[in-house]
Formats: sequence, C-alpha cells, structure tokens
Amino acid sequence: MRLEPVEAPTLARRLGYPAAALAATVVVAALLAAVAGGNPAAVLGQIVDGAVGTKFARLETLNRATPLIFTGLAVAVAFRAKLWNIGAEAQLYLGAVATVLIGTQSGLPGPLVIPAMAAGAVIAGAAMLLGPTLLKTKLGVDEVVTTLLLNFVVLLFVGYLLEGPMKDPMGMGWPKSPSLPKEARLPRIVEGLRLHWGFGLALICALGVWLVQAKTTLGFEMRAVGLNARAARFAGMPVNAVLAKTALISGGLAALAGFSEVAGLKGNLTADISPGFGYTGIVVAMLALLNPLGVVVSALFVAGIFVGADSMSRSAGVPSYIADILLATALLFMVLALMLSRFRVVRG
Amino acid sequence: MAEILRQESAAILRGESTAILRLDGITKRFGPVLANDGIGFALAEGEVLALLGENGAGKTTLMNILFGHYVADEGTVHVAGQELPPGQPGAALAAGVGMVHQHFTLAENLTVLDNVALGTRPLFSLSSGRRAARARLRQLSEDFGLAVDPSARVADLSVGERQRVEILKALYRDARVLILDEPTAVLTPQEVDALFATIRKAVAKGLAVVFISHKLGEVMAVADRVVILRRGAKVAEMRTAETDRHRLAEAMVGAEIVPPEVPPATPGEVLFRLDQVSVAGSPGLRDASLALRAGTITGIAGVSGNGQRALADLLSGLAFPESGAVELKGSALADWSPRQAVAQGIARIPEDRHATGTIADFDLTENAMLEDYARPPMSRKGWLDWGRARKRAEAIIEGYDVRCPGPSVPIRLLSGGNMQKLILGRVLEAGPAIILANQPTRGLDIGAVTYVHRQLLAARERGAAVLLISEDLDELRALSDVIHAIHDGELSPAFARGEITVKELGLWMAGQGGRHAA
Repeated sequence: MRLEPVEAPTLARRLGYPAAALAATVVVAALLAAVAGGNPAAVLGQIVDGAVGTKFARLETLNRATPLIFTGLAVAVAFRAKLWNIGAEAQLYLGAVATVLIGTQSGLPGPLVIPAMAAGAVIAGAAMLLGPTLLKTKLGVDEVVTTLLLNFVVLLFVGYLLEGPMKDPMGMGWPKSPSLPKEARLPRIVEGLRLHWGFGLALICALGVWLVQAKTTLGFEMRAVGLNARAARFAGMPVNAVLAKTALISGGLAALAGFSEVAGLKGNLTADISPGFGYTGIVVAMLALLNPLGVVVSALFVAGIFVGADSMSRSAGVPSYIADILLATALLFMVLALMLSRFRVVRG
Repeated sequence: MAEILRQESAAILRGESTAILRLDGITKRFGPVLANDGIGFALAEGEVLALLGENGAGKTTLMNILFGHYVADEGTVHVAGQELPPGQPGAALAAGVGMVHQHFTLAENLTVLDNVALGTRPLFSLSSGRRAARARLRQLSEDFGLAVDPSARVADLSVGERQRVEILKALYRDARVLILDEPTAVLTPQEVDALFATIRKAVAKGLAVVFISHKLGEVMAVADRVVILRRGAKVAEMRTAETDRHRLAEAMVGAEIVPPEVPPATPGEVLFRLDQVSVAGSPGLRDASLALRAGTITGIAGVSGNGQRALADLLSGLAFPESGAVELKGSALADWSPRQAVAQGIARIPEDRHATGTIADFDLTENAMLEDYARPPMSRKGWLDWGRARKRAEAIIEGYDVRCPGPSVPIRLLSGGNMQKLILGRVLEAGPAIILANQPTRGLDIGAVTYVHRQLLAARERGAAVLLISEDLDELRALSDVIHAIHDGELSPAFARGEITVKELGLWMAGQGGRHAA
C-alpha cells in the first residue's frame, strides 16, 4: 500500500473526512461508555447536556475554553513557523507568577494594575520561550527537548515559590500565594454571570493573531520560515530574527493563559492552577489546523468535552477520564482524516 | 562484426531472435500522470541501446520498473527469456541486470573492494574470500579499462572514479545487461571518452547496454540503436547509422528546435569583480579572480561539487569572503546578506528551484513576492498589499508565459519549466544589473531551456552582466562570452569565446589545465 497525493482535493473530500473523524469519535465514546457500564446514549447525552445544556454549563464551558484559546494560539503561532514550543505549560505558570507578583506587590493605582499584570505576564512568558529559541538558532539545540523539560523545572520552581517566598502567610499552611486585591481582578463581562474578561481578551488575541498571519509582513515571514526556511533565507528573510519574534509572541500568549486564570478566575496562584492547559493547547491547535480562528472553535469543543464529562461522571457514574480518551481519539482520527483528505491510498 | 550486429537487431525487431532483454507494453501511472504508456523494446547481446528523451519523458521510471524498484500497472519484463517477477530488485540482479544510477548508491566509508563485494558473499563463512574477490576485481578492472584502487575508501574518490566502482559492482555480479542512467552528467569530457571506451569493451564481450541520456551527441557516438520516448510513450526507434542528430532531436521534442542566435557582445564596465577571493567550505573557493562585465555572459564550467556553490553563495549574499577583495559596482562589499544582494540589483536564479527558489506550498502570488514583500509597493509599514501582490504575479504569469491555472495555486503543482519562468519573472522584472544563473536549465525540457537562454541573452543585450554556472558544456559554449573552468574551488583563467577547445576545457575541469594543454 502506498499514499499518493491528491493534487486538488475537493471540498467534499476536505470536509467529509474530518466529519467522519468526529463520527468515529462518537462511536468510540459510545463503546467506551458501554464498557464502563453506562448506557451509551445516556452518557453521550449527558456529556452534551453538561457542556451546553444549561446557562451555567455554557458559562462553565466558556470559562474552561479561555486558557485553552491562549495556549492553543501560542502553539498554533509557534508551530506555523516550525518552532516546536512544547513549553506552553511553563510559560503559563511564569505568566501566573508575574501576575500575582505585580498584582500583590506593585502598589500601582487601580486602573493601571491590570494592564501592568498582563504586560508582566507576557514579558515573563516571552522570555521563557526566547531562551530555548536562541539556543536553537545559535547552537542548534532541539527546542522540543528544552521546552518540554523546562516545564518540569518551572513547575518545581513554582512549588518552591509557593512553599517559600510567595507563600500566603494567611493561607493556613496551604501552598498558595496571597490573593489579588479586588482592583487587580478581571471584571465580569456581564455583571452577575461567572464569565470574566479573560475570555474577551482571548477572542481579541485570536483575531489579532489571524490579522498578523494573514496581513502583515511578519506573518508572511513566519509562514515562509515554517514551510521552507532555506528558501526563506535565500529570499532575504532574517530567519533567526523571525523565529525569535515568533517565540516572543507564542510565549506571551501562553503566559496570558496564566494571567487570565489567576486574575479572572482563581484570584491566587496554586501549583495546580493548570491541569495541563499547556499540553492540551497542542491538541487544540492541531485540531484547528493551526488556524487562529479555528483555535477558538476547537478550544470550545475541547472545553465542552471536559466540562460535559465532569458533569456526566457525577450523574452516570462513568469516570470523567473518558474525556481524555475522547480527546485523544478525536485527535488521532482527525490527524488520520487530514492525511486522507490530502492523500489517497493506492495498492501496489 | 557491425554487420552481424545489425542483422541480429533487425531479427530482434522482427521478433525472430531471442533477446537478452525484452520489455512489453509497460504502463505506469502516478496519479493522473501517465509516466509510461505501453512501452516495449528488445535488446540483443552485444548491443548498445540508447533510451533518449527529455526530462520527464519517462526514461528513469521505465528503468526503475525494469530493475524492480517500481511495479508496472501493465506489461512484462523478460531477461534471457525468463519473466522477471515485478517489484523485486533481487530478482533483477540475479537475472543479470546491473544498474548504475544517476545518484550513486555506494557506502562512502567502505573501500572499493568492500563496496563491490557487498552482498555477494554468504552471510556466514569461515574464509572471507577477500583474496579471490580482489583478484577478480583486478581482472575486471583490466578487462574493461576501469582503473581504480581496490583498497581506496569511496569517500576519497572523485565522481568519475565512483562511477567506475558502480560499473564494476554490476560487472562483478555477472551482469549481462548494464543500465547506465544519465552516466555522463557528472563527467568531464575526458572521462566521458573513457566511459565510452569501457562501454565498447563491454559490448565486445557480449554484454548488452542500455544508455539513458538526453544528449544527442553522446547517443550518436555510443549507441547502435535508439528508442525515443516523449511524454511517457515510445515515439520512434531508429538505428544510429541510419539517422542524424537533427532527426533524433525532432523525434525527441516533437518539433524543430531553433537555437537562439547569439549576437556579438558589447562589453561594458566591470560590475562585479573577485580578486584573489577565498570562501570557506568544502571545497569552497580558493584565491578566485573573476570579472563580470556589463553586456556579457561569463560561464563557469565544472563537474558539480567543485566550488560552484561557494561562488553562487557569495554572489547570492549567503556567503562572505574569508580573504580577498570583492568589488560590487566599483565599491567594496560591506554589509552582505541575501536581502542586501537583492537590494543591490543582483538577480539570483538558484540551483535548486524546488528547495531554494520557491516555497512549494505557497501560491504563485506569494512566491512572486518572496524577495520584495518587505518594501513598497508590496507592503507599507509592515502591512501587506495583497491586491498589488496579486497584480504583480499576474503580470509575471502573463509576461513570462507561466502556464498555470492562476496566481492562487500552490507552486508545487507547476512543472519545473513553469516554476523556473516564475523565478525568472521575479528576478528579471526590475531589470537587474547583475544576474546569477546557477544551473538555470537543469531538468527542463527543450522548450523551457530555449526560453531561459533567450531571457539571459535579452538581459545581456540590455547591458546586464550574467554569471552562468552550468554542467552542460554545450550550453556554456553557446552562450558564454568568457568562460572559466572550476576545479576543487579554483577558477581557471578566463578564456574568450572560441579561445578554448572542449578538450582543453575538460583538462581544466579535471584540475590539469595549463599542464597538458599546450
């Protein structure tokens, strides 16, 4: 068996396979639900219901999608330029640390403190990714290894901060940071509803990334470097500088996830503020084919599965781990579908 | 002898004599492309058959089917009356088919002897049989005039020597059919002569040789019979004794070819000068001196890998000299980068249009603006003007006859010739003063080759200084007003048009110029 490229895939081919992938995911989910002892139709229904069935559920899904949009964008931007940023998790945590430090220590007046926190987070996350990127461009060190391993370094560092210098003296011994003052908290989008402006910022960022990629010279350079760095260099593009700029944008976006979680949702920093948002961001970006506007959709989809599965597990007694399996299945089927929409399988 | 041969091949053609090799109705599709369309021919012992056709005519596909690398959709291959099972190179080898690929398949860190004997000895054996292998290799070397040291490491050999090792490898396995895929592309003229002598010795001993080429002169010189392929189909079969270059060319291209006329040059001032310049690399460039004058074409002849890349990189802005003086339009090089080279009005046609010249998944609009996207009118203050970019791409498509469905198709869907035309349009539109054309016609069909030649001549007429790096001596001798040979990073002195023979040029290309040449 061989693969032959389809030169000009039809619309039916490009949409049909991804749709089939989603259908296959649902089938696998139903089988798993049955294996776990639930009624497949009921389980699937409860996942959907738990994700979008009530106003509370919908807001919860939007809240859960917010950090995923940021990390998904961070990954999408970097992967587009073939900068393999596996370290969104670390960048998220450093962004959260910077947010808490500025929010609790700076003493800035009310209207200035939130922009300062966001800026601090962006700088921290950008710097976090710039290091591995410079190692890559100057010395040829593989950024997959450095960014991945630095996740653990940063997580342990945050653990140390929360047990030491940043520990909340009023925290009754829990490893958590002091809470942000009220003026350092992101306001709700609609008063009384549990949805903060982090979500709005995420949408603005998605639009901004799309604009940069589609309309600016920097976006053109990032895409060119990602597709063929050699041709980009020959044409006169400053390849290393483009990668460095990409790193700053990507790291900054991932850090905004930390900023948004701390300032919008939690109000303080704990070591478990991210249940792997940085890694899930890779799934989100891949499902969106690295398209920044698609990231919003796929983040909502992924968040919906998580929220829906949590809710389902409470009522149906099927473990919420089914969400992880569902996502992994969706991703694998989607990758396969994308390949099949561009190639056809030929015998011989 | 020749008479016997002729009768034999005539008998083969009539189907009366058994052929050592017979292909019947070979058909192969790659997606929508019909690479081979019902091709068949036969070959007798002691015969040289040339497979002639332009790039993309289906020669290499056909030979890959014969050798078992590809499986044909239809058709059969017989060697000495036995049908070969499809898709098994091992069976082809065992039946006595030996292939020398365009790109050699040698283990660089092994010796010549090890390479030749590789895979011919049983996996477990008490005696390694090296002594016998060495003696046999020596004998073959002598019999076929393939001088090469059995204990030399392949990595240390020249390209010509490596080709000899490949041929020895096939002979060592008792090949009865020897397939040579574009064997002269990497050789100096002297090495080509030696190869032809080897081919003649081989057929005298009863081997059959398939000689794949797109060069008419070589086909006429070495082959008994010619099978001509065009667009995947066999269009003609002729005996070389009964035809001439002209008729071969017509059959190959399907139309008469009119080479462009080269009017006398009107040399102007020196626009680019190298004085004792060295560039790092292996081989890099060593103490090279060169002057590109306005209104002339300067040719660089050489076997690939002799420093052409360093020279091209220097002019492209990718490399900076280690020592020596580079003068661009009268002033020394200061800040030097690809972008700087573009800004200085150097048009760069890169050697590899797929990997360096274009971005495969970008569309034509994006590829057309690769070099000047950062300047007005393509962009302002960092914002791209897609409307203008598209208009410019359309202008290039129109002005340079790029055959394509439109400016928004990915460039990977274009043929090599059309890709090259887009690159020509991109770099020539602004009327550059200096043009670097690095292997500008490699892999193109004759129509596209002629187009590229005309464009370069038009630029020369306009007063541009052209540096033409090529492995095609016919092309170089036709176009160049001044010619240098390059060997191991060293440039020969400049020779004016008609001042040097092919033989002398070949000696310079082999690094023996000025010694043997009178």
